[in-house]
Amino acid sequence: MLNQYPAWKYLLLIIVLGTSSLYALPNLYGNDPALQVSSTRNTAVDISTQEKMRELLTAADIPYKSILLANEQILVRFDDTEIQLRAKDAVKDGLGRGYVVALNLAPKTPDWLRAMNAAPMYLGLDLRGGVHFLMEVDVNAAVDQSEERYIGDFRGLLRENKIRFDKIGRYIGNEGDTAVEVRFRTTEARDNAQLLLDREYPDLLIDQEDRAGKFFMLARLDEKEKRETRKLALKQNITTLRNRVNELGVAEPVIQQQGDERIVVQLPGVQDTARAKEILGATATLEFRLTDETHDAEDAARTGRVPAGLKLYTQREGGHALLKNRVMLTGDYIIDASSGLDQQSGGAAVYITLDGKGASIFSKVTGDNVKKLMSVVFIEKKTETRIVDGEPVKTKRTLEEVINTARIQEQLSKRFQITGLDSTKEAHTLALLLRAGALAAPIEIVEERTIGPSLGADNIRQGFTSVIIGFVLVLVFMAVWYRGFGLVANLALAFNLVVIVAVLSMLQATLTLPGIAGIVLTVGMAVDANVLIFERIREELRNGISPQAAINSGYAKAFSTIADANITTLIAAVILFGFGTGPIKGFAITLSIGIITSMFTAILGTRAVINLIYGNRRVDKLSI
Amino acid sequence: MQLFKKATTFDFMSKRKVTMLLSAVLILISVGSLATRGLNFGLDFTGGTLIELGYSHPVDLTIVRSTLETSGFPEAVAQHFGTARDILIRIAPREGKSDADISSTVMSALRNVDDGEVTMRRVEFVGPQVGDELANDGGLAMIYALICILIYVGFRFEYRFAIGSVAALVHDVLITLGVFSLFQLDFDLTVLASILAVIGYSLNDTIVVFDRIRENFRKMRKGSSVDIVNASLNQTLSRTIMTSITTLLVLMALFIVGGELIHGFATALIIGVVVGTYSSIYVASSSALSMGISKEDLMPVEKEGDDLEHIP
Repeated sequence: MLNQYPAWKYLLLIIVLGTSSLYALPNLYGNDPALQVSSTRNTAVDISTQEKMRELLTAADIPYKSILLANEQILVRFDDTEIQLRAKDAVKDGLGRGYVVALNLAPKTPDWLRAMNAAPMYLGLDLRGGVHFLMEVDVNAAVDQSEERYIGDFRGLLRENKIRFDKIGRYIGNEGDTAVEVRFRTTEARDNAQLLLDREYPDLLIDQEDRAGKFFMLARLDEKEKRETRKLALKQNITTLRNRVNELGVAEPVIQQQGDERIVVQLPGVQDTARAKEILGATATLEFRLTDETHDAEDAARTGRVPAGLKLYTQREGGHALLKNRVMLTGDYIIDASSGLDQQSGGAAVYITLDGKGASIFSKVTGDNVKKLMSVVFIEKKTETRIVDGEPVKTKRTLEEVINTARIQEQLSKRFQITGLDSTKEAHTLALLLRAGALAAPIEIVEERTIGPSLGADNIRQGFTSVIIGFVLVLVFMAVWYRGFGLVANLALAFNLVVIVAVLSMLQATLTLPGIAGIVLTVGMAVDANVLIFERIREELRNGISPQAAINSGYAKAFSTIADANITTLIAAVILFGFGTGPIKGFAITLSIGIITSMFTAILGTRAVINLIYGNRRVDKLSI
Repeated sequence: MQLFKKATTFDFMSKRKVTMLLSAVLILISVGSLATRGLNFGLDFTGGTLIELGYSHPVDLTIVRSTLETSGFPEAVAQHFGTARDILIRIAPREGKSDADISSTVMSALRNVDDGEVTMRRVEFVGPQVGDELANDGGLAMIYALICILIYVGFRFEYRFAIGSVAALVHDVLITLGVFSLFQLDFDLTVLASILAVIGYSLNDTIVVFDRIRENFRKMRKGSSVDIVNASLNQTLSRTIMTSITTLLVLMALFIVGGELIHGFATALIIGVVVGTYSSIYVASSSALSMGISKEDLMPVEKEGDDLEHIP
């Protein structure tokens, strides 16, 4: 019998429709204004924090809908944004530093839906408002730094081994070719040096060169090591950026690597871009300095009178410190820093490794100062590139802070540890800061896109209005043109829209304004499959074929055309996705999803309904 | 309702010479305009800063301009955007000033001279290096899309069809770009996306026609190549028009209510859909014809199309 579908196809359609409806459902519930509290360093968010927040809110007479602790975060929901803002001030003041208190919109998805992992679509910055930064990390600066370190190492090593050399410095050749260059008077000295360096640094590529009667040796980092250094520099910057974003108090920040030397930072809801830029655009270095124990730092801070030879610093944990003017060591000499447990005390510790030159400097200064207090100063520098006469010129701004103070227990050298930290988390943070300070690759904002909340709201409104208007226009047109079959196509179109929304929600893909445009376009193009089929059926009917056979051959003949047409469009969409950035990707995603789902709904979906209507009975005339 | 009660028998191909000439003229104008006037590249490609501000009351542009001038941005372009309460300020990338901070400077200067409320609607800053990359990536995307399509159509049909369809695509893209160049409409990233969508759409149209031509070449024993192409175009005519209408309907909705940010996108697609519909009839089919497709080329040697036809 013609035009009958096996039960499994109906079952499949019902399952897809059912699941899609469920997963599209969260989008209808809207959002609660909420407050999201998470921890920064040295603090933990737990039940006691939750209780404290309850007390704070009750004390300030602020009504809240619910308070929930999950994933080391506390989420408090409110009725409106005014209460939310009042609550933010109260909670922020009450909890003090060490907590990130961020405004957020929490989806009102009911619990039974949330239990199925159903969540509303993730709205892009152009729809919800916020800042998008693209930051470029000067990863080559990290390579430069590591070459600078080798200069120090070589100098020490050659002197130790009594090999005479004239000069040592950096060689800068063409096309980014850099090396450490040593000049010798004799080839003999050079050969000895090469033998020594080859043994000590097997990873370096060492060449000899003669120029104007002088003998040179060039040591280059191999490509693999350069790549590793660059990669590490980028990773470090991402971690540092994450910490800095915490300071800004952003609910759902996105910090992602893009390409080899760029980082995307998205801060939904942030309006104060000037502050965001200031905090994000900094680079960090470190200094080790002796701490003064004879004067009162708080006194000096109050009066502004700083004793001679000392410098006043603020401490990250609050309060002040007076440090000696002389720098014992800078962060440039740090090769690595990691956190762990101290074997003797069992407490949290940070292990620091210095390079050769750093080790010799440090062992001397610490040897002279055993049992004295030493502080680590974290220095953040903001770099700006200005173009002057076509040449980029960099200017810097600085912020200094004491991040750790510890007593020197013994003479320190290449590897040493800082103990006496309160928690493993603190150790972890310190190690991270030390590493960040060690890799001072400058960072610069190369792209910014900020959307204010009013424009975001406008975009949502206009976007959805155009989806609805476009959708209704197509529905009316199809119903008028193809009558009964048109209504079936409309059903499929509505089904298609539900499936697109469901897929976007399930993937948690970001919906942007161009994404909405993609959905609108899909609505217009999705009916194409049905138009093809229906026109084919009409044609078959004109050729005098029976209605049942016309339906069957209409669908059969149109299929390969639809497949070809959609696959080629999909190719364009996929390429668009591959090359596009941000907003364009959003368009490509919705277009691709729309093309795939429309094939399903427009072919399988309409056929199922038409089979139900016409299948398995005598039909004289089709409503087409 | 039906567009054509009976099967149509328009002789499309007899007007082939005329339309070829028309296409040639349109392309010449487009290329000429692109060469002399170029595209009015938006911020995405040139780099620079764009600031959109919303005022609580209608705002006088002369005050805005003089404020910009006194705060050190004499070259800034200020205009109303959508309504008299919204303004858009563009500042080209400039020497001697860190770009990322321009927006903050401008905003605080304008807030100082206005008593009412000034809200930041949008700030876009694109560094020159990023702009160049976006332009390169866009161009590359276009070329890759064309190559992949050429391969797919060549594989599914025949190389002359592939060339015909790509000719139609190049035709559509050039003319759409030409309109943007001629009227100096803003060409930004969303317009580029839209141009790629035009490629998708126009191709969709072309493939449907080619599919029918292929089918008819195999089925119709009588008639010249021209007759068969004509018949195929007639058979697909109402579909071609229907789909263009539904797509244009939604694009009109986007154009009218979608807001300023999506305007260029809708414009490019509307032009593209109109041109694409025309080109799938006249450019794709006639260039395939001129290259001399014949029955022998399309006799069923390939089997994969037949396999698919039983799936629906």
